[in-house]
Amino acid sequence: MKIAVCAKQIPDPATPYDLDPDHHWVVRPDDQVLDDTDRYGVEIGLQLAEASEGTVTLFSMSPAGTLQGIRQALAMGADKAVVISDPALKGSDAAVTAKVLAAAIEREGYDLVIAGTESTDGYTGVVPQMLAEHLGVPSLTFAKHVEAADGTLRIHRQTPEGYDVVEAALPAVVTVTAGVVEPRYPTFKGIMQAKQKPVEELSAADLGFGADDVGAAGSGTVVEGVTPVPARQAGEIVEDDGEAYLKILEILERAKVI
Amino acid sequence: MDDYTVPLRDIRFVLDHVCRLEEITTFPGFEHVDVDTVDGLLVEAARFMEEVFAPTNRIGDLVGSRFVDGEVVTPDEFKKAWRAYVEAGWNAVSGPPEYGGGGFPHVVGFAISEMMTASNLAFSLCPMLTGSAITVLDDQPDETLKATYLEKLVTAEWTGTMVLTEPEAGSDVGALRTKAEPSDDGTWAITGTKIFITWGEHDLAENIVHLVLARTPGAPPGTKGISLFVVPKYVVGDDGSFEENGVRCVSIEHKLGIHGSPTCVLEFEEAKGWMVGEEHRGMRYMFKMMNQARVEVGLEGLAVAERAYQKALRYARERLQGRAVGAPPHERSPIIEHPDVRRMLMTMKAYDEAMRGLLYDVAGSVDRSRHHPDDVVREAAAARVALLTPVAKAWCTDVGVEMTSIGLQVHGGMGYVEETGVAQYYRDSRITPIYEGTNGIQAVDLVLRKLPMHGGRVVREYLAEIEGLDAPLAEAGPRFAAMRRELAEALRVLSEATTWLLGRDDPRDVLAGATPYLRMFGTVAGGAYLVRLALAAAKDGEDPWLRAKVATADFYARELLPSAVGLLGAVKAGAAPLYALDPEQLAPAR
Ligand SMILES: Cc1cc2nc3c(=O)[nH]c(=O)nc-3n(C[C@H](O)[C@H](O)[C@H](O)COP(=O)(O)OP(=O)(O)OC[C@H]3O[C@@H](n4cnc5c(N)ncnc54)[C@H](O)[C@@H]3O)c2cc1C
Repeated sequence: MKIAVCAKQIPDPATPYDLDPDHHWVVRPDDQVLDDTDRYGVEIGLQLAEASEGTVTLFSMSPAGTLQGIRQALAMGADKAVVISDPALKGSDAAVTAKVLAAAIEREGYDLVIAGTESTDGYTGVVPQMLAEHLGVPSLTFAKHVEAADGTLRIHRQTPEGYDVVEAALPAVVTVTAGVVEPRYPTFKGIMQAKQKPVEELSAADLGFGADDVGAAGSGTVVEGVTPVPARQAGEIVEDDGEAYLKILEILERAKVI
Repeated sequence: MDDYTVPLRDIRFVLDHVCRLEEITTFPGFEHVDVDTVDGLLVEAARFMEEVFAPTNRIGDLVGSRFVDGEVVTPDEFKKAWRAYVEAGWNAVSGPPEYGGGGFPHVVGFAISEMMTASNLAFSLCPMLTGSAITVLDDQPDETLKATYLEKLVTAEWTGTMVLTEPEAGSDVGALRTKAEPSDDGTWAITGTKIFITWGEHDLAENIVHLVLARTPGAPPGTKGISLFVVPKYVVGDDGSFEENGVRCVSIEHKLGIHGSPTCVLEFEEAKGWMVGEEHRGMRYMFKMMNQARVEVGLEGLAVAERAYQKALRYARERLQGRAVGAPPHERSPIIEHPDVRRMLMTMKAYDEAMRGLLYDVAGSVDRSRHHPDDVVREAAAARVALLTPVAKAWCTDVGVEMTSIGLQVHGGMGYVEETGVAQYYRDSRITPIYEGTNGIQAVDLVLRKLPMHGGRVVREYLAEIEGLDAPLAEAGPRFAAMRRELAEALRVLSEATTWLLGRDDPRDVLAGATPYLRMFGTVAGGAYLVRLALAAAKDGEDPWLRAKVATADFYARELLPSAVGLLGAVKAGAAPLYALDPEQLAPAR
């Protein structure tokens, strides 16, 4: 099975990152890291590939930089990577990102596309579904368990109450939730091998896009403004005079938790 | 929460500016190494240690390794983490390539070692000793021994120990009595009781490779009559099969700390052993192992102090007590706003970074001593390692214990109760000034053996290097004025103390000054590393992290470095005041 995994390089979440003041785009340093939520997609991709003697190819649209994040995913065991890196792509919104990734994945060929539910730096959470639309294949979401065999994809789709079992014919796109498989740690050997693995770098033009199709020019969304998260309000302290539980019940009811 | 964050940027900065990693990667043998790859490795190793090893620290303390029906049982969490460690191959990074190692510079393995040690000191002793065993076996000439053991030790499927101590032979290794009798097949039969053997028995690995000091028949007394033997827990057949050997664990110790590390009494009864190298030269080989291990123990001082610092800092930002001067009325301030708490945190931060400078200098010098293309540089680097090893071991462990004590103090009463977990750091780190040669013995080594090396040239060159910082400090402007002034004064005093010790004839006077001298040496050297890092930071730019390097060095220069100056009197007082009272007078009177 030919498995495509979408993997994003993001600024290290451990160090605060900046938004540029004009467009509110994330300022991307040279050494970005693999988005933690993508480790789950890579892990599931690797498990499926191991079971089917398939391959895992990473697809990433981002300034290549030092490729640190991509190498991290290759070190886990992915076979190769396609990175669409082009100054013209700067400012692309979710719709453009989906279009570009779709073109790259189409070009390479695939049986299954795996993505995270949303990225840790952008949080739009719509790219995978748009991607499926561009590819013209079914989109399955929030998978906490994935099986793929004999041309059929079957997942457990996480719901608030439990899970739905959902099936689709391959090829298809699936998004996987965090925390359901334990992503493997790259091994020392894996890290060394990752240095030798092929990373193909494509420009927008390589995929047939003109300057107006992508980047800020091709995007329908603009970020109007950004405001900091309001500081957390001080909590309410209930002194226990022997009847505090009644007060707590009332608070929980008011909050519609019970 | 028992979180630990690897101070990766600090480690990288020291690798760049103290070890000059870039240059090390150009040495013969490191063709496959570049700085980017090292970065990639350190990032992943850090994640692994934080997520897999660090969470096992507490359980190691609470449950510990236990002695059950003659076997040592480690906590289940240890077994799981160990499997992951072996699978990930972290043990192999700096190992010899002929035996499956990655052949990376020693200093890269050292950085990973810092992360692992801070994550779980007790646990880290097992791979640390394994690493030392690898060095000894790789250095000796017998190819069969190498072929039998090295590959499995490099992966850490098997682990190593160092077996010196006996009830009558602690600091005085020469007093050991364990016997080695020749057998017909060319091997040796080892008989005797060894105590305090770290990870001497456990259930993590298939086999344990003991490196044992013993005495052959008719051997001369003292250290000149000691030979070194490889004694495996299971004798390995040509087909790889295992056969029981005559070594067993009789009991393990109940200890103040490092409960995760089994400290074993080992009984050898005609256990089959193979001699390493030549007869009677065991101490020479063992010293290779001990020297490496001593620097690693120094690293333990830093690693636990770093973790204690991180925890103290978190607590100081959360704990509200009192109102800091200048805070709004009625505000309850986080204790980090009080000057005394600030002092404690700054002291911990500054000493941590000073220790890191010293320790990584030694580790980088190990690489230079082995791989630099020029043999003059190689020799100088080896001499530098020899000089600095006792300082790295003793100064960093003494300071390390003090820092864990300060970390506890920051927590107030919560530090003294066990739930908080900071008491563990204090208890754990307390072993580090004792084992691997007590700090008293390190001081003796420094003044009797290391200072006189090459007629005092090695120490003079090291001090001259510190003096060389004066010119760049003068140029660096007013932010560096205090550093320049205090470093010059401290160095003047250290030079005077050095000259005094080198000029003494009565060894009692030299020995009496040994411990304060070592402290002084470490304090001045540590300050010099901070100064170097600060100068490099000022060149690198102006982000807050880089500015902090300058401020930290300035703090150390003003507030900690002057303590070195005050030690001069103690160094030069000679033995007389120490022996002014006879043991009778020391006894209580009624
Ligand atoms: C937890 C733990 C783990 C250990 N692991 C190992 C291990 O894996 N392998 C191993 O072989 N050993 C191990 N040891 C033993 C350890 O190395 C010794 O305890 C240490 O070397 C000190 O020896 P001792 O206990 O006999 O103390 P002593 O030698 O009796 O020392 C007592 C005091 O006298 C001082 N002193 C002794 N001689 C001199 C001198 N000549 N000059 C100045 N001062 C002196 C010492 O500094 C110390 O303060 C371990 C010990 C412990 C507690």
